[in-house]
Amino acid sequence: MKKVVFWGTRGSLPVSLNSRDVREKIVAALSAANGKSFRTPEALNDFVNKLPFSIAGTFGGQSSCVEIVHKGPEHVICDMGSGARVMGQDKIARFGVPNPQTYHIFISHLHWDHLMGFPYFQPMYIPGNRIVIHGCHRELEDAIHQQMSNPNFPVDYSQAGARIEFDIMEPGRTVFVAGLNVTPKRQLHSGDSFGYRFESVDRTVVYSTDSEHRLDDLESHRGFVDFFAKADLVIFDAMYSLAEAVSVKADWGHSSNVVGVELCHAASARRLALFHHEPVHDDKQLGRLLTETRRLEQITRGDNPPLEIYSAYDGLIIEL
Amino acid sequence: MAYLKFELSAFSLMNLPTREQSGVLIVSVSGRVDHLASEEFSLAIEPILQNCRQGALPVLLDFSGVEYISSAGLRVLMLASRRAKAERGVFAVAALQPLVQEVFAISRFNLIMPCYVSIEAACKVLGS
Ligand SMILES: [Zn+2]
Ligand SMILES: [Zn+2]
Repeated sequence: MKKVVFWGTRGSLPVSLNSRDVREKIVAALSAANGKSFRTPEALNDFVNKLPFSIAGTFGGQSSCVEIVHKGPEHVICDMGSGARVMGQDKIARFGVPNPQTYHIFISHLHWDHLMGFPYFQPMYIPGNRIVIHGCHRELEDAIHQQMSNPNFPVDYSQAGARIEFDIMEPGRTVFVAGLNVTPKRQLHSGDSFGYRFESVDRTVVYSTDSEHRLDDLESHRGFVDFFAKADLVIFDAMYSLAEAVSVKADWGHSSNVVGVELCHAASARRLALFHHEPVHDDKQLGRLLTETRRLEQITRGDNPPLEIYSAYDGLIIEL
Repeated sequence: MAYLKFELSAFSLMNLPTREQSGVLIVSVSGRVDHLASEEFSLAIEPILQNCRQGALPVLLDFSGVEYISSAGLRVLMLASRRAKAERGVFAVAALQPLVQEVFAISRFNLIMPCYVSIEAACKVLGS
């Protein structure tokens, strides 16, 4: 595995910056410039590069869609949230039409925010493409059909030009797909969700979203430590604060940055990407969460090797 | 107090010495409250919680000896606080070490648990 590309990182519902948010960023950038003038475009770029990400950038608002780039010709993707639209456009731009491609898509679960991008994933309308949808829910095929049928969507599923296949996987059973060993794991979430562990000869990536962790369940804790063991990257549902996740939002099916750090430390993972961001959090809040999570990692590390912390944003590429 | 200690040792390896100060029952917690210890911690505070109700002494956990607390340990605190609230008892934490204080802030537990900087500060508010 070479790298991981995040096309959609937001939880539950796509969001967007509004004009007030953009204005706030402009005001913050101009305040930081403090009347400075820039003689060259390079000088201006340097200045912008030094601004905090919450001012010069944005986490984006597309819902879950993550690509794992391996050496083979086949594409490996986790979930089809609204980020899949952007990914589809990128694939068409890169490979052109006709230029048949194979897409392996692993679906964590059938909630709306993880499937809604599929009807907007352009490669599915192009004959010659092959799309294999992998998942552990028996209703996987029905859910995709339903989403693209009257009155939910104007284009019926039968209009798909690509060849679409379904592969129902078993939790705990490893399959070999596109040059990778893939092992699903059942996670605590309404209607069940499944995490996936992807292994190549020398790299491991775990995609674990929409997953609540019962802190009094030591057996489950150990199960996740094994599932994350020595991973080069763990993509982790960190939607809530720990306090919310164990109190007012207990049983809502999500987890926190604190539990992500604990599990990754216990599993000796190398990198943790906070994922499935709360829609009400703006760039400033997400930036603060990242800073706090890095600090937490530092003060609770003990004898563990350092864990690199990212907060996933739309467009982030992590080289493995 | 002797009875309480007997109960604790019968239930758990974790010893929680208690004392009374200015009308507050102060419970000293120490060491690392990690995933394994959190179960013991939960058992050890059980008898204290049974008496944490309206009209009884407010319960204050002296955290000055706690070096580390994991999510599981924090959850035990949340459940204890919730239970005390349901019985209209008073349950609070005080004297967190700086790093533990940071864990409370990052996990947002400072928003759902009454936390005091020192035992004295807590007793001023909670004591009689
Ligand atoms: Zn979701
Ligand atoms: Zn979900």
